[in-house]
Amino acid sequence: MTNSIQRQELSSPRYEYGGDDHVFVELSEEMSFDANFEAQAITQEIRERDIPGIVEVAPANASYLLHFDPGELHPDDLIEELKQLREEIDITEYTWEARVIDFPVLYDDPWTHEVMMKFRDRHQDPDSTDLEYSARINGFDSVDEFIEAHSGAPQMVTMVGFVPGLPWTFQMVPREQQIEVPKYVQPRTETPSRAVGYGGAFTATYPVKGAGGYQLFGRTPVEVLDVDQELPDFQDSMVLPNPGDILNYRRIDREEYDAIREEVEAGTYEYNIGTIDFRPEEFFDDPQGYNERITEVLD
Amino acid sequence: MIEVLEPGLSTTVQDTGRYGHYHIGMPPSGAMDQYAHTVANYVVGNDEDAATLEMTYAGPDLKFQEDAVVAATGADMEPKRNGEPIPMWTAVQVEAGDVLSFEFATEGVRSYLSVAGGIDVPEVMESRSTYTLIGIGGHEGRDLEEGDELPVGSANGNATAGAAVDDGHVPDYANNDTISVVMGLCDYRLTDEGREEFLGTQWKISDEADRVGCRLTGPDIEGMFEEREQPFGAGPDPTNVVDLGYPVGSIQMAGQPIILMRDAVTGGGYATVGTVTSIDRDMLAQARTHNEITFEAVDVEEALDARASQDDQLESIRATFLE
Repeated sequence: MTNSIQRQELSSPRYEYGGDDHVFVELSEEMSFDANFEAQAITQEIRERDIPGIVEVAPANASYLLHFDPGELHPDDLIEELKQLREEIDITEYTWEARVIDFPVLYDDPWTHEVMMKFRDRHQDPDSTDLEYSARINGFDSVDEFIEAHSGAPQMVTMVGFVPGLPWTFQMVPREQQIEVPKYVQPRTETPSRAVGYGGAFTATYPVKGAGGYQLFGRTPVEVLDVDQELPDFQDSMVLPNPGDILNYRRIDREEYDAIREEVEAGTYEYNIGTIDFRPEEFFDDPQGYNERITEVLD
Repeated sequence: MIEVLEPGLSTTVQDTGRYGHYHIGMPPSGAMDQYAHTVANYVVGNDEDAATLEMTYAGPDLKFQEDAVVAATGADMEPKRNGEPIPMWTAVQVEAGDVLSFEFATEGVRSYLSVAGGIDVPEVMESRSTYTLIGIGGHEGRDLEEGDELPVGSANGNATAGAAVDDGHVPDYANNDTISVVMGLCDYRLTDEGREEFLGTQWKISDEADRVGCRLTGPDIEGMFEEREQPFGAGPDPTNVVDLGYPVGSIQMAGQPIILMRDAVTGGGYATVGTVTSIDRDMLAQARTHNEITFEAVDVEEALDARASQDDQLESIRATFLE
């Protein structure tokens, strides 16, 4: 088993027009930390340059999207600048202050279980639960071991979107240890709010009730979206996670779930958040050691 | 103050949109037909960013509790003042106590009602646009209901009752069946034949067409895709990609094509194969359920030219009403 993160060469990013007012840049067709950190670094630099005419700057897992006003900026000039920018960026030198957030999850909870049982006909394996199926296809002997793996190493927020506040997270382990599962054959029309799901190589937490196609693993008692900004940690934004943050999924029992939920509903819950000066190179060299340091910043 | 007597099918407060928050998953919302919204504002002397009412298929009945100058643009819903027809695309004086009423649109989908001074609901993240999914903006973050009361901002005095937009600036919503698209994004996933089939198909607008997306029905799309070993993180379906950002107006291939509109999801894991030009997103906002559309591939310069010529047109309309 390797204990370092294999670096990925991003040989030929794809620069694409999105109509007359967007540019989409696919750094890589496959997911990697290299692609994600480059998307983060470039989009941060674009923000700092404050290029006239740029309206939206949205980093994604292995790509990024810009929305601009074509009255102020020609897409070809923008693409030229983006290509130059890429030459100047070395992601191993790119560091940021990452928030490390304790993220409690009640795995195999009654609410997502009830919903998934309604939609077995849309699943690859109607006779298993999503957890049983995911554990099996990823080579785990039991659901318990699988949950230990999912909650056993921190995950980085590599994209926020779909709906406001939904974090996509990517586990900070070498590729051969990463969990990969398909999405439902046909998306569900229902997913409970705060459901924790998995699709492709990503964990996602659904901020609000709605449709969804990810395998359902559990439910968190905490919010990722607080529209009224009542919880203390939402004072600056209605959305909790930001790209570059680290979520440490932690397995909890029903008793703790209920206790946290009560505090959240009372508007008094305070997230357990630490910070770390994130250094990609150190993480690439020794992810296991680095992850231990990451989790240590949580009290 | 404007009192809602009957809300219509789906009426919301909208403006030019909510920007700067796409990276947290916040779509722009805002008027689906930006052209009609902007012209409605210019006619009554407002800037384009004043909030208007967007009405869908069937409009509301509204009682004005103060004097105001208003204008209706977009789809013709046969507006009436106290039961008497009033012209579209024209500044109209209403007095306190008057009732404005709207019928069903027979061509186009969405009408816009501007009021000199704008609909003065509170801004949320610098916009008055309604985004119903999380219930923000507009009037209480939702469609209007009977009994709602909408505040009107103070007018700048530029409105002149009777002023009308030249006929040449009024779009024809009956013939909007060809939609310009800049192919790209993940269209490398299509085979040459698949691309041809995509562009050669008359797609039908399904009855699930709303502010989130314009869902189309037509031939099976999976066959249009190139076979490949799926890249790590994408998921096994040929239409799956590593989750990425979707431009507003992009065409997402999820079972069937969905054109993502202004309240759409901001990203996801299905391949997008092109983006409807900004001008034709306005036309799409007026395309009716069960109509058929075809996509016409244009290059980015053609799309930019069309946009620039519409910007010039809007500027000349604005100048007319400033004088």
